[in-house]
Amino acid sequence: MEEANNVRFHGTWRSPYAKRVELALKLKGIAFEYVEEDLNNKSPSLIKFNPVYKKVPVLVHNGKPIAESLCIIEYIDETWKIGPQLLPQDPYRRAKVRFWASFIHHQLYETMLTVMKTAGEAQEKAINQVSEKLQVLEEGMQEFYPNEVPSITTQNMGILEILICCLLGPYKLQEQVLGIQIINPERTPLIFSWLTAINQVPLVKESAPAEEKTLALLKFVRDIALKSSSA
Amino acid sequence: MAAVKLLGVWVSPYNCRVICALKLKGIAYEYIEEDLLNKSPLLLQYNPVHKKIPVLVHDGRPICESAVILRYVDETWPQNPLSPTDPYERAVALFWIKFADDTTSSIAMIYLTTGEEQEKAAKECLEMLETIEEHGLIEGKKFFGGDEINMVDIAFCSVAHWLGVIEEVTGLKPFEPHKLPKLKSWILNFKSVPVIKESLPDIETMLAFFKGRREMVLASKSS
Repeated sequence: MEEANNVRFHGTWRSPYAKRVELALKLKGIAFEYVEEDLNNKSPSLIKFNPVYKKVPVLVHNGKPIAESLCIIEYIDETWKIGPQLLPQDPYRRAKVRFWASFIHHQLYETMLTVMKTAGEAQEKAINQVSEKLQVLEEGMQEFYPNEVPSITTQNMGILEILICCLLGPYKLQEQVLGIQIINPERTPLIFSWLTAINQVPLVKESAPAEEKTLALLKFVRDIALKSSSA
Repeated sequence: MAAVKLLGVWVSPYNCRVICALKLKGIAYEYIEEDLLNKSPLLLQYNPVHKKIPVLVHDGRPICESAVILRYVDETWPQNPLSPTDPYERAVALFWIKFADDTTSSIAMIYLTTGEEQEKAAKECLEMLETIEEHGLIEGKKFFGGDEINMVDIAFCSVAHWLGVIEEVTGLKPFEPHKLPKLKSWILNFKSVPVIKESLPDIETMLAFFKGRREMVLASKSS
């Protein structure tokens, strides 16, 4: 029985963090066994493999678990030297990519979550913050993409593409549910064309759940959050 | 013109992480103390996004975020490696560095808050310390890095040195050493390393600083 390259991935289709790992594995062409977790009824394996947070995603490689999506992605990039390089080799460029990965992960993800889960003044404040942060990201990405329309393929998708795709890939659906504009092509033309290019990558299209399913999930998450905050 | 500059604030644990790494590797650097109430044009130029310290400048190129800096330093100067060579062990180390970031924030929350909020902060901090004891530290291993310290140990400098000061200044003591023996040993071991001893800010100066800060927090909450 071959243990040589056994890869198991615990995730849920509902989690953008899990989606990051799914994309990384698929971009690299890594065969894996997928375990869909029910977060209201977590498997004993998940709890055993991630006792600290008990969250998805968790990657288990030859029986050894790694938690936290950013740690997992770097591990995947170092261990499988095939497919696109998810982070650059040069230490300074790596540092810049890690800086922006941290920015998207900590600043944008959290603020977008607030936009999804709030209404009224709190939501307005969060929307303004998202807008400001997207401006900052727009400027930051100009260093990586000095030409206006980045050409994205499965051969050059990296960690930043993965992160932005999993957060704002479905931005049109998010805008539909929220009734607001999140991506303004005039204010952030690079981010707009970046997302457009990423969303056209066949792998990304195939990995996205059906639109109705995503819409239903977004509405559900928002409804639950609003109900519990007014209770 | 120094090839390596560090823009920092003496009392910041994030700054201390970088100093520890540079000193452990024997890297010469010019240190620039920033006044966060009056940020220098240099800081604003080198970290326009967050305008925060620490910032490492190497040959005129800035690197921001202490966890990013630690890895840049380790990748650029290979002597005295601060991370495991095995990719799996490295991924585990990264996990604990992130946990150290969260723990450092939770320690800060204890002196930044009052009343119920402060009690909640102390409780969260204790839970994190218990997690480090149960899952992070291995019986018989002197440091997170084994026999030698590595960047995970450095990342947890806030637990080794800042927690005690915050506890004394606020009177709240989430850390009970007898209940967390591995953590207690780790703190002693970490602070005994000569390079670490030189890198940690002076306790008395820290106490005076945080007492002043705490008074400001209390004053702002009661107005």
